[in-house]
Amino acid sequence: MISTMFGKPTAWTTTVLLVVFALMPFVAPAIGEAFYVDVFTRIMIWSIAAVGLNLILGYGGMVSFGHAAYIGIGGYTVAIFGFHDITNGFIQWPVALAISGLAALVFGAISLRTRGVYFIMITLAFAQMVFFLGVSADKYGSNDGLNVWNRSTFEVAGLDLSIDDNMTFYYVIFALLLLVIYVTRRIVNSRFGMVIQGARSNDTRLQTVGVPTYAYRLTAFVISGVICGLAGVLQANFEQFVSPDMMDWPRSGELMFMVIMGGMGSLFGPVLGATAFLILSEVLSGITIHWHLIFGPLLILLVLYVRGGLTGLIGKFERRPPGV
Amino acid sequence: MSDKMADAMADPLLATRSLRKSFGGIVATDDLSLEVAAGEIHAVIGPNGAGKTTLVNLLSGLIKGDGGDIVFDGRAVSRLRPAARAHRGLARSFQITSIFADFSVLENVALAVQARSGHSFRFWRPTGDDQRLRGPAREVLARVGLADRAEILAGNLAHGEQRQLEIAMALATEPKMLLLDEPMAGMGIEESQRMIALLDELKADYTMLLIEHDMDAVFALADRITVLVYGRSIATGTPADIRANADVRDAYLGTSETG
Ligand SMILES: Nc1ncnc2c1ncn2[C@@H]1O[C@H](COP(=O)(O)OP(=O)(O)OP(=O)(O)O)[C@@H](O)[C@H]1O
Ligand SMILES: [Mg+2]
Repeated sequence: MISTMFGKPTAWTTTVLLVVFALMPFVAPAIGEAFYVDVFTRIMIWSIAAVGLNLILGYGGMVSFGHAAYIGIGGYTVAIFGFHDITNGFIQWPVALAISGLAALVFGAISLRTRGVYFIMITLAFAQMVFFLGVSADKYGSNDGLNVWNRSTFEVAGLDLSIDDNMTFYYVIFALLLLVIYVTRRIVNSRFGMVIQGARSNDTRLQTVGVPTYAYRLTAFVISGVICGLAGVLQANFEQFVSPDMMDWPRSGELMFMVIMGGMGSLFGPVLGATAFLILSEVLSGITIHWHLIFGPLLILLVLYVRGGLTGLIGKFERRPPGV
Repeated sequence: MSDKMADAMADPLLATRSLRKSFGGIVATDDLSLEVAAGEIHAVIGPNGAGKTTLVNLLSGLIKGDGGDIVFDGRAVSRLRPAARAHRGLARSFQITSIFADFSVLENVALAVQARSGHSFRFWRPTGDDQRLRGPAREVLARVGLADRAEILAGNLAHGEQRQLEIAMALATEPKMLLLDEPMAGMGIEESQRMIALLDELKADYTMLLIEHDMDAVFALADRITVLVYGRSIATGTPADIRANADVRDAYLGTSETG
């Protein structure tokens, strides 16, 4: 499997990062940098999306250049419900995930008939279609976007499980990130996971031993879209704002970079990638407004020269993966 | 021909009728009708570019024919996709080694076992300790002589071992028939001898369509031989028939191949 090829982020790296996530709401204010709580909330939301994309990109070998679309669809669903005064999360969230999944089903069904560069282009085209849908939706703010005045509400049997409090919401997102990683872990090690990895490795061979790969790859594509939809739901709630920009193609590219940078096909790599990406852009944008000029080449170097991205790099320093 | 053979021929396991396939102007399969009786090793020989691999691709469903029928085990399979043909019991190997290079040897075979164990929409249980997959996979590896290579990355196997793995993956699907496209391709003499011994042993359990350039192997293993030239069958018969056939000598055996 590819994870054994690249070496995994060691238990040590994973633990450190998770501890940082867990303690940030206490650490950041203590060192007088309270805004880092917001930075880490965004990191965790992007991590969820990156783990979702990694399922098909890293494990399935499907290079989707349009996954920001599902983030956008998830986010807009929440915002549009809110616009129409429906804030109940038990309605908003399942519907948002369902629509993300449905969009992934339709786009995936067509995109997966193609391979290679065509696949990249067609996923991009579908995503831009969704982007332009957002731009042309005058009722919902078109280019200016849409405010989310109220976060989703969760009331069960008189109990108000509100995510209005940023600290509470932070830990809800943290818990969801852990859940998404765990579910992805179960999936990639299951029979289904073996099939999508086998299809990445050698699709023709897998078909000739009796697996109709298309249906499995499409299912993985849908799961991946739903996970990104969840990230969109969280983003809309956190920023209390959605706009077409959140599903424009550079967002899809950034998401891909996070996955590639972190190390494809390792479970925790995308989290590492999202963290490094967002912290680097935060730091570099503080130094110069031309930070993209430094950041771009840096990313390309990393992708070109370090097999397995950051995960591979850290693996090299921490210990050599056996037998590679 | 014995009575038993005649019975088998009346109801072949695999039959093609007027199979045709062209690539642009090149006719790769030309009105080909061929029958493989249950239990026989049927070799297909012919010069480079004769259409042997195309035939295997047509039979396994990787490419669609321009016309004609394929009947396997009493049913038309011409319209079935590759996976469905595998489920009917047609397994194949590839001339150019085709394995899951970044999976372990055991995982390669376990995936083939999985392919015939119902659908794979199973998202939760890890396969790593699933003995329903790994048990049969180990048995097959033992049979082809790769038992002690199970944990190695398939891409790191020696070429000859990868050819054995190809056979193992085909066997793991529990087929009725093997389509083997030059299983000895690129092998040294010793490795070839081992492969011949393996195929000879498998002969008791499987019907085979064997594409092979190595004439010693063909004459040692085959019950019958079909000679393809430019996509057309110019002769079918026992090894003795083929050796004696003047057309075949002109078209093929007279050239460098037999020496
Ligand atoms: N996908 C393809 N597109 C175009 N032409 C093809 C294709 N596949 C095969 N051919 C052509 O069809 C003819 C038969 O090729 P095929 O590979 O079946 O021959 P072969 O008998 O297997 O040869 P070899 O002994 O070299 O393996 C050749 O002329 C080849 O160039
Ligand atoms: Mg060939």
